[in-house]
Amino acid sequence: MPAVILAANSMHGGGPETAIFWIFAPLSVLAALGMVFSRNTVHGALLLGGVMLSLAVFYAAEDAPFLAFVQVIVYTGAVMMLFLFVLMLIGVDTRESLVETLRGQRLAAGVAGLGFLLLLFAGLRQAAITSSAGLSVANNPPDAQGHAVAGQGNIFEIASLLFTRYIFAFEVTSALLITAALGAMVLAHREPHEPKRGQREQMRDRFKIGTHPTPLPGPGVYARHNAVDTPALLPDGSPSELSVPPAVEELRLERGRNPQPAELGGPPSGTRQS
Amino acid sequence: MSPTYYLYLSAILFTIGSLGVLLRRNAIVVFMCIELMLNAGNLALVTFSRINGDLNGQIMAFFVMVVAASEVVVGLAIIVSVFRTRRSASVDDASLLKY
Repeated sequence: MPAVILAANSMHGGGPETAIFWIFAPLSVLAALGMVFSRNTVHGALLLGGVMLSLAVFYAAEDAPFLAFVQVIVYTGAVMMLFLFVLMLIGVDTRESLVETLRGQRLAAGVAGLGFLLLLFAGLRQAAITSSAGLSVANNPPDAQGHAVAGQGNIFEIASLLFTRYIFAFEVTSALLITAALGAMVLAHREPHEPKRGQREQMRDRFKIGTHPTPLPGPGVYARHNAVDTPALLPDGSPSELSVPPAVEELRLERGRNPQPAELGGPPSGTRQS
Repeated sequence: MSPTYYLYLSAILFTIGSLGVLLRRNAIVVFMCIELMLNAGNLALVTFSRINGDLNGQIMAFFVMVVAASEVVVGLAIIVSVFRTRRSASVDDASLLKY
C-alpha cells in the first residue's frame, strides 16, 4: 500500500494512476456484481471485501492516504468481520427462495436500475468538470507568505480541519458511537426464559435421581497396571465395579483379560472375584 | 487522468448496490448492498474533494464511514434479533413489527 501511495503522489495524474484505475475499476465492478448475484452469502461478503479493498486503492491513488487506511481498517477490518460473524451466527445455509413474491419485480428492478444509471451518467456528462485542482496544495498548504513549504501531509491537514472546524461534529460522533454500541447490546440481549439454576437446585436434582450422587471413582493405578480397565480397590481390598466404565468392562470381558486382585498387589483378604 | 472516471465508477457501484437492495431478499445481503452504496458515495466524495482541491470532502467521507460503522452495528443486531424470533433472515418474513 505505501508503494501505491508513493507512486500516486509522485506521478500525479500520470500513467500509474491510469493503470491502477483500469486494473481495479473492472475488478471492483465485477466483485460488486458477484456480490449481488452470488447464491452463497459468504462469497458475497468476501467479494464485498474485495470491492472495499479496491476502493482503498482508489483513495490512495486520489491523494487520500488517511482515508485509504481508514477504509482498510474500518471497512475490511471491522465491518466485514462483523458481517461474517453475523453470517456464521445466523447460519450460512439460510438460502433465500427463488420465488418472486411480486410478479415482474426483477424485470422492473433491472429497468429501474438501468434508468438510474443512465440518469447518473447523463448528469455526469452534463456536469461542468473541466479541470481538477488536485490535492497537492490542500495536502501541503503554503505558509503565510505564500512560499511552498514541505508540509506535514494529508493526515496533518485532515486533523487540523477535524479538530477545528468540525470539532462539534467529531464530538457528536462519539455520542453516536456510544448510542450504537448500547443499542446493539440492548437489541442482542436475550432475557432468560426460566430462572437461573443455582447450586441449591442443581444439588436437589442430583439427589432426586437416587443413584450415585457423587462422582464415580477413578480407575486404579498400580505398579504394573494403570489403564482405565483396571478397577480401583476399595478399602477392604475388593475391586470397585463402578471405577471401570461399562464400555471398557465389556471390552475387557471380550478379551478375556481380568486382572486378579492378587496380580494388582492388593491385600488378598476379603477379595471378591469379579 | 480525468477524475471524472472515478465518478462514473462510483455511479456504477451505487447502481449495483441499489439493484442488490431491490433484487435480493436475504437481509444480510441487502445490508451489504447498502454498504456498497455508502462506499460508492464515499468514492464520489473523495473525488469531489480532489476536483475542488479541498479536504472537506475527505472529512465528509470520514464521517460517512463513522456513521456507516455504527449503522452496521445496530442493523446487524436487529437482523440477529429478528432471526431469533422468526428463524429466518429473509426480509419477506419480517412483515410484522412485534411478533
